Amino acid sequence: MAILKCAALTKKYGRAPALEGLDMAVEPGRIVGLLGPNGSGKTTLIKLANGLLRPSSGQILVDGREPGVETKKLISYLPERTCIPGWMSGEGLMGFYADFYADFDRKAASDMLARLDIDPRAKLRHLSKGNREKVQLIMVMARKARLYLLDEPIGGVDPAARDYILGTIISNYNPEAAVVISTHLIADVEKILDDVIFISRGRMLLSASADDVREKHGKSVDEVFREVFKC
Amino acid sequence: MEWRLDGEAPIWAQLVENVKRGIASGLYGPGDRLPTVRDMAVEAGVNPNTVQRALAELEREGLVYSQRTSGRFVTEDASAVAAVRKELAEAKTRAYLEAMADLGYSREEIVSMVDGKSKKEEN
Repeated sequence: MAILKCAALTKKYGRAPALEGLDMAVEPGRIVGLLGPNGSGKTTLIKLANGLLRPSSGQILVDGREPGVETKKLISYLPERTCIPGWMSGEGLMGFYADFYADFDRKAASDMLARLDIDPRAKLRHLSKGNREKVQLIMVMARKARLYLLDEPIGGVDPAARDYILGTIISNYNPEAAVVISTHLIADVEKILDDVIFISRGRMLLSASADDVREKHGKSVDEVFREVFKC
Repeated sequence: MEWRLDGEAPIWAQLVENVKRGIASGLYGPGDRLPTVRDMAVEAGVNPNTVQRALAELEREGLVYSQRTSGRFVTEDASAVAAVRKELAEAKTRAYLEAMADLGYSREEIVSMVDGKSKKEEN
């Protein structure tokens, strides 16, 4: 059964539709790229899945249920903006996550912090911006979730940090879980994707396996994306 | 190992090429245990399912075999290793000859150039 499923999903902000009649499904065990230009509805979709927004019409189901308390146990969410509290230390933050999420693996998190040479007693606001972003990703990936929703995990980071982030995703997600990565930086993520979903103006343009796209077009997903979304 | 991946071909097919190169060059010797799927995926920066698919193809071709609990190993069949080495060398040669033909070189010119270059390197 699909872990995330949308049927005729529509979300309007006032009159303006952000998503219009979107049908899609994400299967367990897959790393899926949710790819689209800015303003195509990627963040709206992720917020709907998290229950932070409600659909205007249509349906979104997580493991067969409408988003709510139960589905939050299954989803590990990385928001677009870093939201860890600066007054906390890494140690405090891990305690916080462990209190909120039964599936949080504290040892995995603290090992990852140690590998980055981050002092767990240092206040998070004293870390560099790059390290704060990494700390947040570590918290998200240290959960043994069924569905990871990562909203722009590599937006605005340097190439070494990007490799670190992608490596952390690959080495931590559990093979029965699904990972959805929303981004417009396709070239950077395409090697780790099983499937790609192109969305534009709230509608789905393409849903296929990444290797099938490459085979069919004889081009990288990045090049196909540039052609599809040519201005 | 150093993974070479570009945009065009399917990634699983490129991974197959890369592992073959590792086997042909002796980086992965006969009977050696290969890194785990997860380690290979992290090292190459690709999806573990894609590595799985590449290894399944290598198994199908008889270059790799798996043992239920202890992982995947390079074949001990020396003739299979020699064959893969030859296959890669032939592909490289074909690509070289095509590129030289594009530049307008004749067979003879190519031969004398390769010969001259290798003599220079000997000295």
